[in-house]
Amino acid sequence: MKKYCSFFRVRFALGLQYRTAALAGMVTQFFWGGMNILMYRAFYEADAAAFPMTLQATSSYIWLQQAFLMLFAAWLLENEIFDDIVSGNVAYELCRPVNIYDMWFARSAANRLSRAVLRSFPILAVASLLPAPYGMAAPASAAHFLLFLLTAVLGFGVTVAFFMLVYALTFYTVSPNGLRILISSVVEFFAGAIIPLPFFPDGVRRVFEMLPFASMQNVPLRVYSASMTAQEMARAIGLQAFWLAALVAAGRMLCSHALTKMTVQGG
Amino acid sequence: MIRVEHVSKTYRVQKRSAGFAAALTSLFSREYEEIRALNDVSFTIGDGEMIGYMGPNGAGKSSTIKILSGILTPDSGSVTIDGRVPWKNRIEHVKSIGVVFGQRSQLWWDIPVIDSYELLRDIYAIPKAQYSKNLEELTELLALSELLKTPTRQLSLGQRMRCEIAASLLHAPKVLFLDEPTIGLDAVSKIAVREFVTRQNREHGTTVILTTHDMQDISALAKRVILIGRGRILLDGTIDDIRREGANPGGETTDLDQAVANLYRRLDIL
Amino acid sequence: MKTIQKLADAVRLYFHYVSLNVRSAMQYKASLLLMITGQLLVSFSTFFGIHFMFMRFSHVKGYTYEEVLLCFAIVLMQFSLAEMFARGFDTFSGTVRRGEFDRILVRPRSTVLQVLGSRFEITRIGRMAQACLMFAYVVSASPVAWTPLRVTTLAMMLLGGAMLFGALFQVYASLCFFTLDGLEFMNVLTDGGREYGKYPLDIYGKRVMQFSIAVVPYAVVQYYPLQLLLGRSANPWLAFCPLGVLPFAAICQLCWRYGVSRYKSAGS
Repeated sequence: MKKYCSFFRVRFALGLQYRTAALAGMVTQFFWGGMNILMYRAFYEADAAAFPMTLQATSSYIWLQQAFLMLFAAWLLENEIFDDIVSGNVAYELCRPVNIYDMWFARSAANRLSRAVLRSFPILAVASLLPAPYGMAAPASAAHFLLFLLTAVLGFGVTVAFFMLVYALTFYTVSPNGLRILISSVVEFFAGAIIPLPFFPDGVRRVFEMLPFASMQNVPLRVYSASMTAQEMARAIGLQAFWLAALVAAGRMLCSHALTKMTVQGG
Repeated sequence: MIRVEHVSKTYRVQKRSAGFAAALTSLFSREYEEIRALNDVSFTIGDGEMIGYMGPNGAGKSSTIKILSGILTPDSGSVTIDGRVPWKNRIEHVKSIGVVFGQRSQLWWDIPVIDSYELLRDIYAIPKAQYSKNLEELTELLALSELLKTPTRQLSLGQRMRCEIAASLLHAPKVLFLDEPTIGLDAVSKIAVREFVTRQNREHGTTVILTTHDMQDISALAKRVILIGRGRILLDGTIDDIRREGANPGGETTDLDQAVANLYRRLDIL
Repeated sequence: MKTIQKLADAVRLYFHYVSLNVRSAMQYKASLLLMITGQLLVSFSTFFGIHFMFMRFSHVKGYTYEEVLLCFAIVLMQFSLAEMFARGFDTFSGTVRRGEFDRILVRPRSTVLQVLGSRFEITRIGRMAQACLMFAYVVSASPVAWTPLRVTTLAMMLLGGAMLFGALFQVYASLCFFTLDGLEFMNVLTDGGREYGKYPLDIYGKRVMQFSIAVVPYAVVQYYPLQLLLGRSANPWLAFCPLGVLPFAAICQLCWRYGVSRYKSAGS
């Protein structure tokens, strides 16, 4: 465990170095968030009755989404891991007395977390100063806030675990670039990054909510502003835990299968 | 005729400091460090000369080459090459020079070499007849006929360097800059490159300016050597001058690499 | 006369570059095919985003589903054209980092021509195909009469929009001469222009419109000519509104020149 902590620490410190990028990122995300809210406002004005959540809850959803973008972003993949796999350098990693899956898991988690840490607080601070209903509202209650933290951690775990599967799949494909682009856009769509899941028609939404993608950002962002009932929340948290366990198990299996295959074939 | 007079160049390099607060302030006010790359450099190179331009890393070699090829503007001083100022009449100037960057390729990676050449023909607007004549000659002298139809990525380093040199000479430039042309090459390719460059200089009167760390390149190619260190010209002479100045403390002569090492140490330019 | 000859020569050279780019890409056919398919599928997520919003709402600021799709198809096409032809600017940070701009400076051709020629992104036909699909659907589903004026308007929009996005890529590339850090904010103007341009700009309110007229002229290639295309305005001059990109592009060209001169004085 100790060595994985140190992988985590090294990557985390590295991520903190990109300060200019973080500042530029904050500005970027602030604009994206703002434009998104203006877009939802237009739909709200067109037909308020058809709006599935309050405008205020939508704004909070969008600001949280922008603030924690790096935790859940589907395009934030570790290029070095891809390069290692494609170039066959991963063989060297096999010589180290570590579990590749755990090492990569620690690494991607640290990378995402370090980037999110720099960006989230300033974005949230500025967003909470904006006038209602466009700004970031306080959490519905202390309990909701605690549940938000819990579901955010679970959702973060599901996100990292899912992309571990993608890395493992890279062993089996000729064009990791094509795979990466495709998977990113599919995940973004099903996770509610393009439009929040409540905006989908009910039938479609019910199916989407069962998928692992809904266990990523969808749950914490909706828990925060209490746009889920207690029953829905309990179910969502259960699903998150299930998907986290399932994805980690599948990832480990795929990873070790790929590595055995590689060792047998000699790279 | 290349005339370089009192050329100086100073770079401003941003100071980087640690800490989040420092990073924030650096967005508004930046601290710079000044690095003198060239300090009052003057020399003259006649048509058809072959010059070895040498010095340790960071001495100002590549800044000089960049200024002569029109990539960089000096802070002060003047440079004329055949009456033109490189950085002012860039397009006119670069028509008459060829540049080989030993570490960077100018050939398209995935397609046959000949296709890159045909693009160069159009870039330099070389008349068809002249192009085929030049290509034919280069193909023969550098033994390219087998290579031209091969994609660059399949060439060995030595083969690629021969193709690179030919690419830089298709438009028959009057001046050729060779920046570390033999780096990483095997013995056979090195000799082939040296022989070709000597011949090109002799038969076409091409002025050659060569930077390298390989002393055998210098002694094989250059009758005249210019040594630069810490932005200043320290020696402008022959290989023998290097040997003499760099002789061992006892006075006995030594091999060239040792002589250069002695010289660098003595001049304190490392 | 001589200028025309020079221009024709430059165009010929550009297409020579393009053919080498295409032939290079063809060396990896499987990967190319996958990338094109990927590009085609990627923009479907945006399409579904619009589609599902309109299953809930019948209109936004008076625009119907078909009208929004037409708008999105046009903006997607504008952006993909720019990416295809001006990818050299879009990936310019790498060119500077690898020192390849030095090579460009030692060749007797305009820097812009060489940078544009260095990358021609054939994979973007995937996205264009998606834009065409949506366009075909809109043409078949809505009763807009495609008069010569409307066709001209559409052509002008595509040309002007591609030029606008291309100019934004050029500004990004110009900034690369000064710093390679934190240029991510340019995404707001390029990717953002595409993502938020999917809806007619007036839905975002007055401020965004003002920005899109005075700062980056998105409105002249999207909102104004769209009014003519959708029959909301009868003013035929709106067809030529996209020409308003020209002064903006000229300013971007000046930025580029300034960047090049800075590169030449500061070194890399």
